[in-house]
Amino acid sequence: MTLSLDPTPAGTATSARPAWRSRLHRWEGRSAPYVYIAPFFLVFGAFGLFPLIYTAWISLHRYRLGGSMSWIGLDNYIWLFTNPQFYNALWKTITIGILSTVPQLLMALGLAHLLNYKLRGRTFFRVSMIMPYATSVAAATLVFTQLFARDAGAINWLLGLVGIDSIDWRNGDWTAQIAISIIIIWRWTGYNALIYLAGMQSIPQDLYEAAAIDGASRWQQFLHVTLPGLRPTILFTIVVSTIGASQVFGEPLIFGGGQPTGGALGQYQTLGLFMYEQGWTFGQLGRAATVAWVTFAVIVVLVLINTWLARRRERAA
Amino acid sequence: MHIPSPRRRRVAALAALVTSAALALSACGSGSGAGASGGGPVELTVSLFGTFGYQESGLLEEYERAHPGITIKYESTQGEDKYWPALQTRLTSGKGASDVQGIEVARISEVVTNQADLWTDLRETPAAANLPNYLDWKQKAATTKDGAVLGLGTDIGPMAICYRTDLVGQAGLPTEPAALAARMGSWQDFLALGAEYQRNAPAGSAWIDSAGGLYNAIVSTEQKIYYDESGTLVVDSNPAVKAAFDMAAGAAQAGLTARLEQFIDPGWDSGFGAGTFATIACPSWMIGYIKGKAGDAGSGKWNVVPLPGGKGGNWGGSYLGIPAASEHKQEAAELIAWLTAPEQQARIFNSVGNFPSTKEAIAQVSNTTDPYFNGAPIGQIYSASAEAAPVQVLGPDDGVVKKAMNKALLSVEANGVSPADAWANALRDVRQQVG
Repeated sequence: MTLSLDPTPAGTATSARPAWRSRLHRWEGRSAPYVYIAPFFLVFGAFGLFPLIYTAWISLHRYRLGGSMSWIGLDNYIWLFTNPQFYNALWKTITIGILSTVPQLLMALGLAHLLNYKLRGRTFFRVSMIMPYATSVAAATLVFTQLFARDAGAINWLLGLVGIDSIDWRNGDWTAQIAISIIIIWRWTGYNALIYLAGMQSIPQDLYEAAAIDGASRWQQFLHVTLPGLRPTILFTIVVSTIGASQVFGEPLIFGGGQPTGGALGQYQTLGLFMYEQGWTFGQLGRAATVAWVTFAVIVVLVLINTWLARRRERAA
Repeated sequence: MHIPSPRRRRVAALAALVTSAALALSACGSGSGAGASGGGPVELTVSLFGTFGYQESGLLEEYERAHPGITIKYESTQGEDKYWPALQTRLTSGKGASDVQGIEVARISEVVTNQADLWTDLRETPAAANLPNYLDWKQKAATTKDGAVLGLGTDIGPMAICYRTDLVGQAGLPTEPAALAARMGSWQDFLALGAEYQRNAPAGSAWIDSAGGLYNAIVSTEQKIYYDESGTLVVDSNPAVKAAFDMAAGAAQAGLTARLEQFIDPGWDSGFGAGTFATIACPSWMIGYIKGKAGDAGSGKWNVVPLPGGKGGNWGGSYLGIPAASEHKQEAAELIAWLTAPEQQARIFNSVGNFPSTKEAIAQVSNTTDPYFNGAPIGQIYSASAEAAPVQVLGPDDGVVKKAMNKALLSVEANGVSPADAWANALRDVRQQVG
């Protein structure tokens, strides 16, 4: 800062000096907080806000990879909203989202409940919960892709043992979505279970004791003590999982052999893949930017719906 | 709730990548001058895709040994569909492209039509001396309207059919190539043979790997495919494309295909060894791929016959180019001139199967046989196919259209979509992407 530089010539009116100083002090006091938080906003501006706005700007242009931008107004949005493939991708994002999120959170809740008991080797189980989460998406998906292979996959082999014919997981509509959902569930259940576990441990023990004295069974304790105590945590995981589900990308990409087509009929093409396909397979950066913005809007709407539902429930309660 | 989901972060990273790439594009315009280096150690970067065979046959090391002071930094991306977009961002930003870059034949038209300013005109480099060696059409495809030559041909993709002698024998068909070829007078005959195979085939085995592969082989024999000579996209009006599509879709519906997406489905790779399919349309570069996937256990089980009716065709093949931003154009040109010289092309054919594109090298390999394929005269088969192949009309979006067709055919064989619907979907895809 410029405090060391005193522009006032030496020997001029000494009475003016304190006033000038105190003004500077007051200004410093008022501005300092902004200076302290500035680094975050500068970084956010450069890597968060600017890309967001620039993406919106690109979405108003025809912009082919390797070419130059030309203004086309809202044509990209018209293209998008009249494109059946966009609605397909939106629908697949929703179905894969539901197929993966719902079982994932239910299982996480159950696991957390079990881990909350005093078990032998509890720490071991808790740590192993987080292992899938620590695995790279690519590695996990590659392994699952082999497991779900049609001709020599372990899952079809197991199904064969109980007399079920080979399933063409990749090419089927629901089967591919289920396979991808299983990969997502495998990776994220432990993560959510740990969050639930942390939430459960903040529920006072005396509530359980009181419930036990009143003759509540374990199940009733779970229903009437654990669940209400976990409500904020559950809301948090639902919001985060919804956002995550609307951005699923790595799993279907690698499941599809690195192709963003999502299968011959786009049966597992999520919005993320659709955007990638526009940008990198077809080199249509303007259209990709449009998909990115619409995805962003979809997420905002989903989160708002979530919060609204939660508020309504709270008010009702 | 400020804990960001890691999933979200990952996708955010992708978004950032897209935007930063866009930034890089908008900030384009460096482009340093031609080779300023005189003597002194030079590091040449070489970026390719798939298997060019230079690393595999030790040619890069050999070049380094023969040229002290030159070191070669080599990298290869497996999938061309990932290689090319990444290269595009580097080319247009003027930074990050290697001194030598591979160009697939489906992209060469795009390069000569729209990217002449991004690549070095090889006529002004030591590579110019190589130009008369080539098959005319190979080098013509890499030449702009103004005569600038932007790529030096590596290989071409003459066609044949590779088949599993053991499976064909088990189904009661002739295993000898001459006898089998005698029954394949046309593509119709090929499919009739397939129907016969299917009746007595070992369990879990199909006649051909995929409808897409069959389709690619059929169109590979055509002169005019997706574009006409004036550069107009004629995919929806060219009867040859529709006929090939219908024939491949018919084979799919008849259950003659193993329903495995080429290069993508893990079952396709393992199918070479497991015997999921008895035949595969086999451009010369597929020879090396089959050996890699079927492994030592597959040696002696395979053989090669010409396309039905002895037709000639071409599927694939590549070029080497030098981006305009390269700072070592002189040295890079010397390297690619040596790599694509007839002698080296012949060696690559013998080690990985990529068929040469220079006349002299083609003459050199015409007697090559391959013990892995039961001693099949692959040199003679592929030479004949190259000779009989029509000079194809190429267009900037050939790759996009081919992909759409292959995807539509996969939907016929794997999802039971009717050929008419699949054809409509393919045309819609093409319109969406090329428009």
